[in-house]
Order: sequence, then structure tokens, then C-alpha cells
Amino acid sequence: MTSAANTSGANTSVVLPASVDAMLELLTSRGYLAERSLATVTYLSLRMGRPLFLEGEAGVGKTEIAKVLSAALGRKLIRLQCYEGLDVSSAVYEWNSAAQMIAIRMAEAAGDTDRDQLSSDIFADRYMIKRPLLQALEPDVAGPPVLLIDELDRADEAFEAYLLEILSDFQVTIPEFGTLKAPSPPIVIITSNRTREIHDALKRRCLYHWVDYPAAERELAIVKSRVPGISAKLSQQVVRFVQALRDQDFYKSPGVAETIDWATALSELDARSLTPQVVGDTLGALLKYQDDITRMQGDTLQKVLKDATSEN
Amino acid sequence: MAINHLAPEQTEQFADNIVGFARALRAAGMPVGPGAVIDAMSALQVIDIGNRADVFTTLEAIFVKRHEHALIFKQAFNLFFRASEEWKHMLDSVPLPDEAKKKPQAGSRRVQEAMSQPRMTETPQHQEQDLRLSVSDREILQKKDFAQMSAAEITEALRAIERMRLPQAELLTRRYLPDPRGLRLDLRRTLRASLRTGGDIIDIHRLGRIEKPAPIVALLDISGSMSEYTRLFLHFLHAIGDARKRVSVFLFGTRLTNVTRALRQRDPDEALASCSASVEDWAGGTRISASLHNFNKLWARRVLSQGAIVLLISDGLEREADSKLAFEMDRLHRSCRRLIWLNPLLRFGGFEAKAQGIKMMLPHVDEFRPVHNLSSIQELITTLSRPLPPHHRSLIRSAA
Repeated sequence: MTSAANTSGANTSVVLPASVDAMLELLTSRGYLAERSLATVTYLSLRMGRPLFLEGEAGVGKTEIAKVLSAALGRKLIRLQCYEGLDVSSAVYEWNSAAQMIAIRMAEAAGDTDRDQLSSDIFADRYMIKRPLLQALEPDVAGPPVLLIDELDRADEAFEAYLLEILSDFQVTIPEFGTLKAPSPPIVIITSNRTREIHDALKRRCLYHWVDYPAAERELAIVKSRVPGISAKLSQQVVRFVQALRDQDFYKSPGVAETIDWATALSELDARSLTPQVVGDTLGALLKYQDDITRMQGDTLQKVLKDATSEN
Repeated sequence: MAINHLAPEQTEQFADNIVGFARALRAAGMPVGPGAVIDAMSALQVIDIGNRADVFTTLEAIFVKRHEHALIFKQAFNLFFRASEEWKHMLDSVPLPDEAKKKPQAGSRRVQEAMSQPRMTETPQHQEQDLRLSVSDREILQKKDFAQMSAAEITEALRAIERMRLPQAELLTRRYLPDPRGLRLDLRRTLRASLRTGGDIIDIHRLGRIEKPAPIVALLDISGSMSEYTRLFLHFLHAIGDARKRVSVFLFGTRLTNVTRALRQRDPDEALASCSASVEDWAGGTRISASLHNFNKLWARRVLSQGAIVLLISDGLEREADSKLAFEMDRLHRSCRRLIWLNPLLRFGGFEAKAQGIKMMLPHVDEFRPVHNLSSIQELITTLSRPLPPHHRSLIRSAA
């Protein structure tokens, strides 16, 4: 199984990693400290030319991996942010009707009356406005791009069904134009926060992976690499505190993104270690629901804080 | 390239192994298709199969398509690949679908009935039968409490329920479709049409917003006191679920169970049978507060996202009625478009909300309705078909 992606963009882009370890190294070199399991599925998706479907709580680094991958491989990143009501004209293509109108008037003025000619003229490539999905199917000098379909759970079912053709055959059918097929398939990463279940038909076409919160050790390494100025003591306390919060029964547990935010905030405030005062002031960087913040007042806060700061 | 070229006989053994493993997963209740097996084979050729963790991740990415299955997969993997030299033995022990083990099919009762007495099929005879049910009989049936119905009356009620259709209470979506009375200009189709006349625009094509029914989420109490009503209401949900795709159903007693998938089977008897099979605590106690908490935490963001209407069917008799219950009700209320509480206790004329639990819950519902007979279900349908109020107000309202 040599993937097409491997040969087509060989001239400029980075060669695809040849093993799981190489994949892990590649991600690490760009500051993404992935679990081995995530590196494995990413590697597999590159080698098998299959879309990668990442599910998990918000803020665990699902979107980030697409960005890192595109940077590390030197590929273009094309991002499709999903929302309710997303349709073909904003996801795939749209005709530039104003320009077409002008073209028709010009043809009229020139006394051109051949209808077939006119029709093939104005439904040409140059009147087409390409949206992310179509862009992702186009050949690129650096090799097939990385297509990030972000938060697919926000789009409605109709759009999901539309994706089926694109994801299995990497082609789009345009009535006026014909079928456009990608010369080599893009690297596709789909993310979902599970605000709704994605249909099995779509998942079947993808490699599925659940991205979990990182273990304490890895999270510590992530904090250190993303917040360079932070002291060893503080970063350890931060991670211990956040990990303890995830054990609590919160409506929204803090993700890695929140940990980094919080560590950055604390480091900006020149905090040396966690105190009730400084935690109380900055808790909004971690918890995003008033109910959760209220619950963290008083005894609970004291206890978690004591555990986080004790072993130093 | 670190592709593992296995010797032919090894590959064959490997293939058997994977097929056996897939079969084991299927036996454990995971939906594993033949396509996945082929995928697994080709995936295992690109990784180093000496690394157990990588093999695990690889197979997991292919066989597991929902997070809930991850645990089953893990156990199956550990069991199956514990002693790989014994794989053949393992393979033999994986049961093939066993006809003998299957429990009687859910529809069998009806089939038996159909055989034993010649009646009630789609024949003229059936209509005769229907007509014989006089007007006053029907009225009685409409008003009769589900809990007091005889078996025959329940059958009759079920048939009435099966005929019920929910009018499509419409929600405007943000998607468009061709609509001659729409407000938005469809330039693309207008232009295409104009080409037929050599560029002169004669017909203006328009787009209108797509309307679709609001999703319905039902939370059903299955404690002992409620089970009669719940069964019949499940029939109702099954009947409307056929026409409108987005009906999610949860049952709760001492714990919360999502039975949406189980209820999606075509045959109502079969659907209900698989529903009750997936619940462990049918007709046990209730823990409303804890169940609502679980729903709010695990499901609310997933099933309530698109302007859903919540039907809460419960008598509200909760022993541990405290501020937690009020808190969870408030959260539920704030995360849906409309919260309708259906309570069979309302069948009593002089009902007063005296129980602590009911007092806690009542301030947080949009509507409080009875649900004990056919006519109350009819009225529910009328309510649901009224235009929906504009999207939620109470996100800014402070928690009560």
C-alpha cells in the first residue's frame, strides 16, 4: 500500500512519516505532544488515505492536530468550520452570478446569440467561487492539502449526507460542469464535540479516535512547552489542580486549552504558587459555567488547593 | 518503508485471527461490518504488528465507531489476544448465531392471536368490528384511565395510538430550498433559466427557508407507579417516531437509559421489547434528581441542541426532593425550547401540588398536563402542533 499522497507532492513537501514513531517525532517537533495512540491513528490515516474522525470534549487538541500536521508536512490547511445551515454554496462552490450577468450582457451587446456557446462560456471555471471543500480537491504544488472539517456536529444531517460522496470518492458533482475529482485525496481531519451523534455511515468511512484528557505527566510537558516562562513548581501545581478538577462532577470540565490559558494567566500575573486569592481571581480561565464556579468556592476549593500544593 | 510482509501461511492465520476477533466483537453486541474487517487487514499491514499497543489503537480506530463501545472493545481485545497461540481454540469457542438461543420473537404473540381468531386484519370484517364499537363506547375509551383498562381495552387504545400523527410543528432552519413564494432570490436557477431565452430573464426563481419539525426529547419515568402509563406512552412515541426522525427517548428509574435506538425498530412490539430489554430497573424505584443530573451532564448538549421540545413524563414523587432537584430542573428548562411535564396524577380532579418533589419541579416547566387517557394524549398533540414560542428567554434569568 503505497499511498498516492506519498509520491505526488514529493518535490516540495516533507515526506510522510514511515512509522508510528516517526509520526510521533514529527508532531513533537512542532510542539504537539501527542499520546502514542493518537499518533498511531494519524499515521494510519495518512498511510491508508482515510479521513480521521476525532471525537472528544472541547479543548483536548482535536483542531490543533490538523494545524500542526499541515505545518509539519508543509501542506496547505483548508478549514471548514461547520454551523447549522451550512449548505453547498458556502461549503463547496457558488457561481459568481453578477459576473455571469455581465458576461451575458456583453455577449448580447456583441451580437452573440449562440445559446450553447453562451451557456458553456458562463458556466466556466472562472465564474466559479470555490469554497473549502472544492479547494481541498484541487491539486496543490506542495501536495494534497490538509482539510479540517471542524465541529461537524454543528452542521445538520443534510450536510453530513452530502459529505459522504466527497469523503469516499473525493469527488464533487456540479450539474453545470460535471464531476471534479481530486488527483490525490487530501488529508482529512474531522472533529466533533458530540453535541449530537454523527451518523454511522459517515463514521464508517473514517478512522475513529476518541481524544481523551492527557495524563498528568503529559499535561505537565504540554504546559511547559506552551508556557515557556512558567516555573517548575507552579506548572506542577497547575496541572495537579486541573487534574483534580476533572475528577469533580462539573458541567464542563476544563480541557488542555483551558489549562494552557490558566497557566499563561498565572504566569502573566507573576504568580509563584497557587494561593486561594490568585485562584479565585483567575478561575474564569478554567471554568466556564457560573454553577461550576459557585461550586468551587469555599471548602471544595480549599481541599483541591491543599492537595495540589501539598507535595512541594 | 516498514511494511510487514508476512509469509503467506502467516497472513492466512492472521486473517483468520482478525475474522474471529470481529466475530467475537459482533457477539458482544458491536456493529462490525465486513468492510471493517478488510480495513483492519490493510491497516495492520502498515504498522508494526509487534507492538501490542499500536495494534490495539489500530484495531480500535477501525472497529469502534462510538465512544461507548471503547470499553467492550478493550475487554474483547485483552481476552482475545491474551494467548495468540491459542487463537484457534478461541475461534472455535466464539458462538455462531444460534437460532436455538433466540428468545421468542416479539411479534409472535400477535401472530398467534391472528391465527387463533379470525379478525381484525385489513379486511372489510375489520371495519365492521370497528363500527360495532359504538360512539359511546369510544367516548368511554377516550376518557378511561390507562391503569384501569382491561387487556382488550388496552389493545383498542393501542390501535388508537398507532393511528395518531403529530402535526409537524415547524421550526425555521437556516437552509433554503426552491420556493415560488420565498423571499430570497435564487440567482443560480434564474440565470440558468435565462439561458434558455438567450439571456433574457423572464422567470424569477426564489428560495424559501426549509421548515422542519422540532426534535422531541422524552424523559420517561419507569418507576412502579408509572409503568402502565409509560408503556402506552412508549407506543405513542414509537408511532410519532416513524414520521418524524428526531425523537429521542430516555427511560429513568434509578438510572437513566437511552432507548432511542431500541425504539427505532419498525414493529412496535419488537421495539418495546428491545426497549425493556435494555433497561434493568423497570418498575423499580425513582431517583428523579440523579437521573436528571445524568441527563443534563451527558445528553443535554447532544440532543437538545436544535431547539428541542422536552416531554417529561413522571408523577414527580421523589423521596430525595431537595434543592438539587430544583437545580437540575432549572438547568433542563434553560437548555431546551419548551419543557412540558406530563403527570398522570393530574387525573384526580382536586389535584394539588403538595408533594415536596412536585413543588420543586413545578416552577421550572412551561406546561403541566395530564397523561392518563387517550383524550389527554390527543390534547398533547394539539398543544405540540401550536406554533412554538420564540427561542428561549430564560438563559438570562437567574437560577431560582
